[in-house]
Amino acid sequence: MGIEVEKKAGFDTESAKEVVKELRASFVAGKTKTYEWRRTQLTAMLKMMDENEPQIVAALTDDLSKPELESSIYEIAMLKNSCKLALKEMKHWMMPEKAKTSLTTFPSSAEIVSDPLGVVLIISAWNYPFLLSLDPVVGAIAAGNAIVLKPSEISPATASLLAKLVKKYLDCSCIKVVEGSVPETTALLEQKWDKIMYTGNGRIARIVMAAAAKHLTPVVLELGGKSPVIVDSGIDLQVATRRIIAGKWGCNNGQACISPDYIITTKDYALELVDSFKCELERFYGKNPLESKDLSRIVNSNHFARLLKLLDEDKVSSKIVYGGERDETNLKIAPTILLDVPQDSLIMNEEIFGPLLPIITIDKVEDSFDLINYSGAKPLAAYLFTNNKKLKEKFVEKVSAGGLVVNDTTVHLAEPTLPFGGVGDSGMGAYHGKFSFDTFSHKKAVLYRSFAGDAAVRYPPYTAGKLRLMRALLGGSIMGIIRALLGWSKP
Amino acid sequence: MLPLQTSKTIASMEESIAELRETFRTGTTKSVSWRKKQLRALLDLVNENEDSIFHALDQDLGKSRVESYRDEIGIIKKSASYSLSCLDKWMAPKKGDLPLLFFPAKAEVMPEPLGVVLIFSSWNFPITVALDPLIGAISAGNTVLLKPSELAPACMSFLTQTIPRYLDNKAIKVIGGGADVGKRLLELKWDKIFFTGSPRVGRLVLTAAAKYLTPVTLELGGKCPAIVDNTLSNPSKAKVTAKRIVGGKWGPCTGQACIAIDYVLVEEKLASTLIETVKKYIKIFYGDNLKELKSISRIVNQQQFQRLVNLLKDPHVAASVVYGGSVDEEKLVIEPTILLDPPLDSEIMNEEIFGPLLPIITLKNIEESIEFINSKPNPLVIYAFTENETFKKRILSETSSGSVTFNDSMVQFICESLPFGGVGQSGFGRYHGKYSFDTFSHEKSVLHRAFYPELEPRYPPWTNFKLAFLRLAYALDYFGLILLMSGFRKS
Repeated sequence: MGIEVEKKAGFDTESAKEVVKELRASFVAGKTKTYEWRRTQLTAMLKMMDENEPQIVAALTDDLSKPELESSIYEIAMLKNSCKLALKEMKHWMMPEKAKTSLTTFPSSAEIVSDPLGVVLIISAWNYPFLLSLDPVVGAIAAGNAIVLKPSEISPATASLLAKLVKKYLDCSCIKVVEGSVPETTALLEQKWDKIMYTGNGRIARIVMAAAAKHLTPVVLELGGKSPVIVDSGIDLQVATRRIIAGKWGCNNGQACISPDYIITTKDYALELVDSFKCELERFYGKNPLESKDLSRIVNSNHFARLLKLLDEDKVSSKIVYGGERDETNLKIAPTILLDVPQDSLIMNEEIFGPLLPIITIDKVEDSFDLINYSGAKPLAAYLFTNNKKLKEKFVEKVSAGGLVVNDTTVHLAEPTLPFGGVGDSGMGAYHGKFSFDTFSHKKAVLYRSFAGDAAVRYPPYTAGKLRLMRALLGGSIMGIIRALLGWSKP
Repeated sequence: MLPLQTSKTIASMEESIAELRETFRTGTTKSVSWRKKQLRALLDLVNENEDSIFHALDQDLGKSRVESYRDEIGIIKKSASYSLSCLDKWMAPKKGDLPLLFFPAKAEVMPEPLGVVLIFSSWNFPITVALDPLIGAISAGNTVLLKPSELAPACMSFLTQTIPRYLDNKAIKVIGGGADVGKRLLELKWDKIFFTGSPRVGRLVLTAAAKYLTPVTLELGGKCPAIVDNTLSNPSKAKVTAKRIVGGKWGPCTGQACIAIDYVLVEEKLASTLIETVKKYIKIFYGDNLKELKSISRIVNQQQFQRLVNLLKDPHVAASVVYGGSVDEEKLVIEPTILLDPPLDSEIMNEEIFGPLLPIITLKNIEESIEFINSKPNPLVIYAFTENETFKKRILSETSSGSVTFNDSMVQFICESLPFGGVGQSGFGRYHGKYSFDTFSHEKSVLHRAFYPELEPRYPPWTNFKLAFLRLAYALDYFGLILLMSGFRKS
């Protein structure tokens, strides 16, 4: 009820100010800092998922026609894991980390304490609207912050459900959901936050970072890019193909930041690869993929039109070797493969974020690295299928991306011991697992000194002897110090 | 002091950057031998030019040799040596543990350089704050453009002339010039910007970085308080406390340091003891009148001098001076000055002093210091002289600052194992020791998978069995999986 009232009244700068004021008061009062509060919130989040799985799946179906399995596993199960991990490890994460001290500051002890940052803003995306909203929230809660979550308006059913569920299960005086679109987001961005995490595209990311700059607010940007897949010959082609399909069409029909965007393979191998795709795609999605229940639809007509523009460009439409069918009424585009589209085509110059897969061919597989680095934009992920050890080494050495996977696609997302984030145009900062906790913490250095061991050398009046000793102390070697004390080193 | 050819500088700027980018592309800076060679060359630079550095620091800031060694030369030597000894370890990939589900697989996080980085340094520690980040950037394998502050012209001149003689010109460049050069540099694309300076300019840097989504580290400042508690009741501890306060205020560049003690908080009844002891040590360390001051820096320039003098112009502030207050405009010297309870709404109590004026604020009860500190923006450091363990814990958990040092001042700066950086208005990001290496690196996650075994349930068409399988798999419920596979569990 409260949320509807907010929506009708219009969420403007004043409302945003009020929200931040309330959250800051809660934070200053210490509500979010206790272990108990953090544990209660995360436990409540698990309960929320257990009691509302059908509703969450329904909202995702509404927003994206997401297959039930994808919703259950890639959104709900992943989030549950994230909560459970945080609940299990949080006490350990919250403990100060001992730091070494050197002879120079003897006697002393040092540690690094994790402080919450304060009041944080999380702006999430529409493609995994449940996971990408609440996974960062898990990290922010674990680190002891107060939170505003702004889900994407492009997935309105999920946004609405999130607002309702958060209000029902979590502590509203510390965690709020603000629904809306550009005006509401702008109002939020005018406020002073202690951290902003944004998941989405580069254009909006620049707006977020510029707004953050006014308040010297640090940001985490989880963006995207064209994640390439290099396919070498001499591999188990069926397994490789299936794994690429799973990462592409199996992830929200290609609408995922780490989906394979395009493939690079040798001219000699290309046709075999295409045949393998045709075979496996039919096995997975049937002869009429537009009717398959196992593929998400395109999220809305804007993106549908965008994708058709990529597909129907003159120099590109003739390169389709499989698929290309579309159903405008139901916003569906069939898995489509293109062979050797020109480098200057639209489809090769923007992140596809859809079910179209261009295959680019080159003479030697080693040439693929230059091709990937050519655009200068570093992708969020890059993939390689090969059995050649040297090629693997070169790939890891030469390709810069958020994360790399050899002989599979997208699975690194599920591994919480690996930091998940981009570099360059694909973003900055990382999260998942402990990285989420760290990203929403300030690591405060603490040095404990005692009153013993106060070296006169520190204080003026400065003399040549003191300079000698100072050199030795900073040099840190016992012999150096002894020599200085005895007057044997240079002034 | 040599004249600076600004227009020539700006004209050759784009050429320099193009060269840095090309050098990075060739991969030269990635090799461990290149990095070590540069670090050794930097050590040679400092060792072979000590006298020139002493001279330049004396010219720019009137720094004495001991202060110059302790705060600049010694720091750089220590940092470069430390990086040389740790570099192999830092560059090594960190292995990750993977759950059985992924078997067989290998996960690691590989640090890689970001590319072409821009370092802006400040005028108060013109050698340290230029070369210490440079050490980090080199260790991490980047190419670098360093822009030292024109407000320390002798040091800037030293750096622009000497660095090209020792370091790889194609990969490490120094550019002189004023604010116009800085502005122009910010219009270009960098892979990282490292800025030390004021919050005002920090905002400009961050806003410019937003256009290119460039990650930034901002090392700013703030009003660093020193809380003085019961350590004053014991005479020998009171002496050490006073020495460390005096050393922490006027020792570093006569208070012109981001980590210098800005103001002191003490209980009313101990104020006069503190003032008397501080006065005593000021006289011992620096002399007891303006004409005979020694072992202390001067104010950097007319503009800063005027700013500080103006802080004392407010009659209420002037009336609170209990020691010092004399100034020598010609020599740009201000005597160490103590103020007792200047008005809390005066400028001196609301902007970072960055000079030799020390307000002492009295409180009825020292515990009030926490609230007092929290009413101001987060400082870079909080110093607390106390042996009350409960109070220490309260300070740690109820305040937020870049770092906290108990019972001393300044020394946290030389601990390589402690991250050095701010939070909130005092900045974000950190460096020193391995943190320097990390701040100029991208941590790339790499997951190696094998082609076998293959998990059929990963692929559509989706069935209830596959959903059940994946639920258990994601929960790492291996036993459940076995039951499911052997038919003992329904899907």
